[in-house]
Amino acid sequence: MSDLNELYQETILEHNKNPRNFREIEDADQTALGNNPLCGDALQIFVKMDGERVADVAFKGSGCAISKASASMMTQAVKGKTLGEADKLFEEFHRMVTGELDIEAGADDLGKLRAFAGVLEFPARVKCASLSWHTLNAALHGEGEISTE
Amino acid sequence: MTWDVEKIREDFPVLSQTVNGKPLVYLDNAASAQMPRPVIERMSAYQSAEHSNIHRGVHYLSQHATTAYEAAREKVKRFINAPDVNCCIFVRGCTEGINLVADSYGKGFIGEGDEILVSQMEHHSNIVPWQVTAEERGAKVVVIPMNERGELIVEEYERLLNQRTKIVALSHVSNSLGTINPVKEMIAAAHKLGVPVCVDAAQSVPHFPVDVQDLDADFFVFSGHKMFGPTGSGIVYGKREWLDKMPPYQTGGSQIRIVSFERTTYAPLPAKFEAGTPAIAAGIGLGAAIDYINGLDFVAAAEHEHQLLEYATERLADIPEVTIIGTAAHKASVLSFTIDGIHPHDIGTILDQEGIAIRAGHHCAQPVMQFYDVPATARASFAFYNTRDEVEQLADAVQKVIEVFA
Repeated sequence: MSDLNELYQETILEHNKNPRNFREIEDADQTALGNNPLCGDALQIFVKMDGERVADVAFKGSGCAISKASASMMTQAVKGKTLGEADKLFEEFHRMVTGELDIEAGADDLGKLRAFAGVLEFPARVKCASLSWHTLNAALHGEGEISTE
Repeated sequence: MTWDVEKIREDFPVLSQTVNGKPLVYLDNAASAQMPRPVIERMSAYQSAEHSNIHRGVHYLSQHATTAYEAAREKVKRFINAPDVNCCIFVRGCTEGINLVADSYGKGFIGEGDEILVSQMEHHSNIVPWQVTAEERGAKVVVIPMNERGELIVEEYERLLNQRTKIVALSHVSNSLGTINPVKEMIAAAHKLGVPVCVDAAQSVPHFPVDVQDLDADFFVFSGHKMFGPTGSGIVYGKREWLDKMPPYQTGGSQIRIVSFERTTYAPLPAKFEAGTPAIAAGIGLGAAIDYINGLDFVAAAEHEHQLLEYATERLADIPEVTIIGTAAHKASVLSFTIDGIHPHDIGTILDQEGIAIRAGHHCAQPVMQFYDVPATARASFAFYNTRDEVEQLADAVQKVIEVFA
C-alpha cells in the first residue's frame, strides 16, 4: 500500500475534496478546454492577466481525484507568477511526472507540487496529473483546446 | 450439475499469477477474456509447425493450413448454428465486422432519406460506422430509447420502425450495462416490415449458447478474444440473401474471380469478403476456443456466472455509497457502478493495488454515460472462471476505496 499512499497523499485528497479556485472567471483574458477522451476528464481553465503576470486563474470541470487536485494546486502555484515563471513550472512539473526531473536535487521551484511525484509509479495516471497543466499552457499561449490520451 | 470452478481455473495459466503482491482477480472479461491452455497450445503448434499462406497453395503446408483454417470456419458455423458455412466470414474482430456490414450493406441498400435504427446503449463500434454510412448515403441515424433500468423500450422501437427504416443495429448484450436485449422479438418486429437486423453479439457469445436461425438474425457479428480466443479473430455471419447482393468491403487478393484492367469479377462467399491474407493463427485459435467451450457444460457455466453477478450485485448494493448503473431484469456478466464523490479511475487504481482488474471509463459507450449523467463508471465483468471469493474481494476492496477517500 505504500505506493498507494504515495499517490493519494493527504494534500491531494484534501484538494480533491475542497478544490481551490474552482469557479469561472467571467472576464477572463484566456480560456482553454482540456479533454482526456479516454477517461472522460474534461476541464476548462480561465486566466486573467495583469500585463505579464497571472492575476487570477481558476478552473471548472470534472475528473478524478488526481486531475482535480492537480488543477487546484496548479492554480495556487501559478497565481501571481509571470508568464515565464508559469512556463518554467509547467516544464518542471512535466519533467517530474515523466521521471525526467530529480526532485531530490532540490533545484526546482515545485514546492507543494512535489506531492504529484507519486504518479510516476502509476503510468496510467500520469495524464490525470498533467491534463490541467497542458490546458493552462494552451490558455496562456492562446491555443484554445487540447486533448491528451 | 455443479460447476467445478477450481478445476476450470487450471486451464487458464494467466489466472495463477500475483499482481501488486496479491493474487490476480481478473474482472475485466467484457474487455477481453483470457485464453485457456488448449487455445494457446493450438496457436503455438500452428505457428511452430503448420504455418503457410492459405488457399491456392499446392504444397503440403499451404494445404494443411487451409484445411485447419476452413475447419475453424466449420466450427463457427456449428457454434452459432448458421445454415451455411460460407455465410461465416472471418474478420479481425467485431469492430471490423460491423464496419463491413455498415459499409457494404449501406452501399447496396441505403439511400437518401432512409433511416438506420440504433439503440441508445450501443458500443461506439455499433454507432460510428452507421453514422458514417448515414452521412455518405444521405440517411439518418435514429435512436431506440431505453428506460432508467437500462432496458430498451420495445414499444418505442416498434413505433420507430417504418418504411424508411433500412436496417436495425442492436447489441445482444450491452457491454456497459449488461442488459440482455430481447433481440428475437425485436428482429421479428423488424421483419414484419422487411427490415434486416445486425446483431452485435460481442458480449453474448461468451456467456450463453446462441442460434442465429432461431433468432432469425440477418447479420450476427462477434470477436474471438471476448470468447476465450485470440485477438485478431472475429466473425460476420450474414444471410446469403443479403451477402450475395452486397458489394465487397475490401478488395484485392483472394476475393476475386477474374481480374483484368477493364473489369474484375468477385469470388463467391465467403472469399468475396475476405480480401488479403487473413489472421490465420487467430482464426484457428478461435476454432480451438469453440472446441474448448463445447467441451464445457456451457449451461452450468452460464448459471455459475449468473450467480456471481447476482451475488456481486447484492454485495455492492449493500454499500450505501455505491450506485449500480444498469438494473435490467435480464442481465449477463456486467456490473457497472459508481461510488459517490469518487471518480471511477481512482476506484480502478485502488482496486488494481489489491490485484483486482476492472475497467474504469466510458466503456466506448459515451451516450450511455450521458443518459445516466456520469462521466464514467467502474465495471466488473465476470467469466465462468471467476469465483465467489473473488466477488468478496471486490466488495472488500470497494470498501477500502471508500475509506481512502473518507
